[in-house]
Amino acid sequence: MPNDMMIEAEELAKRYGETQALAGVDFAVPGGSILGLLGPNGAGKTTAVRILTTLALPDAGRARVSGVDVVGHPAEVRRHIGVAAQDATLDGLLTGRQNLVLIGELSDMRRTASRQRATELLAQFELTDAGDRVLKGYSGGMRRRLDLAAALMTRPPVLFLDEPTTGLDPVSRQRVWEAVRELTAEGVTVLLTTQYLDEADALADRIVVIDHGRVIADGTPQELKEASRSARLEVTLPAPYPGAVQAIGSLTAGPVHISDDGRRLSAGVDSAPGLATSVVRALDAAGVLVDNIEIRQPSLDDVFFSLTGGHIAPADDQPGNGAAGPEGARPEMEGAGT
Amino acid sequence: MTTTTLRQSPAGTGIPGKLSAAVAGRVRNVWGMTRRNLVHISREPMQLSDVTLQPVLFTVLFVYILGGGIPIPHGSYADFALAGLLALNLVTSTMGTAVGLSSDLHGGIVDRFRALPMWQPAVLVGRSFADLMTSCICALIVAVSGLAVGWRTDAGVGSIIGGFALVLFFTYSLSWIAACVGLNSKSPESAASFGFIVLFPLAFVSNALVPTQHMPGWLQAVADWNPVSAVAAGARQLWGNPNPSAAIHAWPMQHPVEAALIWSALILAMAAPLASYFFRRRMTE
Repeated sequence: MPNDMMIEAEELAKRYGETQALAGVDFAVPGGSILGLLGPNGAGKTTAVRILTTLALPDAGRARVSGVDVVGHPAEVRRHIGVAAQDATLDGLLTGRQNLVLIGELSDMRRTASRQRATELLAQFELTDAGDRVLKGYSGGMRRRLDLAAALMTRPPVLFLDEPTTGLDPVSRQRVWEAVRELTAEGVTVLLTTQYLDEADALADRIVVIDHGRVIADGTPQELKEASRSARLEVTLPAPYPGAVQAIGSLTAGPVHISDDGRRLSAGVDSAPGLATSVVRALDAAGVLVDNIEIRQPSLDDVFFSLTGGHIAPADDQPGNGAAGPEGARPEMEGAGT
Repeated sequence: MTTTTLRQSPAGTGIPGKLSAAVAGRVRNVWGMTRRNLVHISREPMQLSDVTLQPVLFTVLFVYILGGGIPIPHGSYADFALAGLLALNLVTSTMGTAVGLSSDLHGGIVDRFRALPMWQPAVLVGRSFADLMTSCICALIVAVSGLAVGWRTDAGVGSIIGGFALVLFFTYSLSWIAACVGLNSKSPESAASFGFIVLFPLAFVSNALVPTQHMPGWLQAVADWNPVSAVAAGARQLWGNPNPSAAIHAWPMQHPVEAALIWSALILAMAAPLASYFFRRRMTE
């Protein structure tokens, strides 16, 4: 493994009681880049972060941050990292500013330097007005921003953000994203866990998908989308037409799903030049009128679905959100295809 | 960009300059944690009520209500009771250590501290220092309330301070037992029950509020060997206040100051390492 890897995990395994939280996980993050660690709840994302941030010991495997072994030299690792964790890890009874200054001082910063940095960060995260209020009165978004500020107190070269935008409104989310982008522009290495595909897509240079404690995919967002290959074809007809499925059957890469009203057909297709033309021609040859035809590139959710057979963040998916198609496709196709 | 983080170079052990820098770093960490806990108290004054309101209430209630019914040879009940009230208030206040530590461990904040390059036991030591400071406030309030209800002492300044120091030293030792409880409790609430199950009996089955001579034989034996009795009697002796226990033949009652010091040192020597062991165990995942 080259030396410019700032975060390295090799065969990491960790068991909590009956649960195998991690079952041999490998990944590496080059300096100055963002790795998105993606997976559903309970996939092992947080466990991986806890090991890398010296909070938990792995049962097996090795982990290094800035080239330093996390088990052998945890104190040294802590000098290189900033952590924004999921739980409320700030002191609710201190003010925002007091929280930051305390963290600075506990990280061996001088008091004056610590105060200066706190003021700077409060301004950066638009918390100057709230800085001297007790944390209990902060909104979720303000807390998250302060969490991020806290992780940045010592200007650490490596940053761990565990679901930094979970529960945030879209505006706060956007702000956190911008802050993270600015950091990598400065050369900071970031490991970000998230349940949100769009977040990984928007921020990460590389994505590692884990499920049940194992890495099931590893690549750039583009690579992952290409790997799943299948784009989605969606055809809207003016009226149900029984021969339509048969007409496009040879062009699709999987079963054709028909909507309840029989007017909408959707199916996975292998991207190929002139695909849309072929579809229209085939339907025309069968005497089918077409209202609309769409070939959609796969979203990361499609990728995730094809990898795990489940969607990743069900709570936030609106019903009818394009990617919900494949569920139950087979039985309906059989019924309608005859 | 990394100048701030790398300014303090990684632990180079064995070099004297680095060693003293490491000690200075630890002192700063402990002071930082102590201040944090003191700010907590200022934010939630109710938390402090057991070292502010309770001493006033206890002093007034016991002296006026019980005092009239308990004859004290060679002196007033107020003169007798103050050392006991001081011990009672301080002993029961150590519950705060158990609850505070337990709250820290059950919130997410301890994870934050663990991922910082700080000296981790500062969490524990900072807590015990902050609690020692609140104990000092408590002692002051007991003394003032005592003066208000008629407690007097003819002892020299050194002896007066010595009496307070004796009780505070014992409280500090006891707070490490409370720390052990806090580190092992399932929740802050269960840590609080430590106060009722252990601290109240410990404080009451003693000579703190009544001379032990009137207790049933077996209970008197327990009370005479209770460290709280030695502490209260020790303070009485130092302050020149009535000390009926001096007539009891049990060794701790004959040498209360020595006994109190031995008890305190013994408890501290056992509970502090034990607490740091429990702490390290809690910090390992």
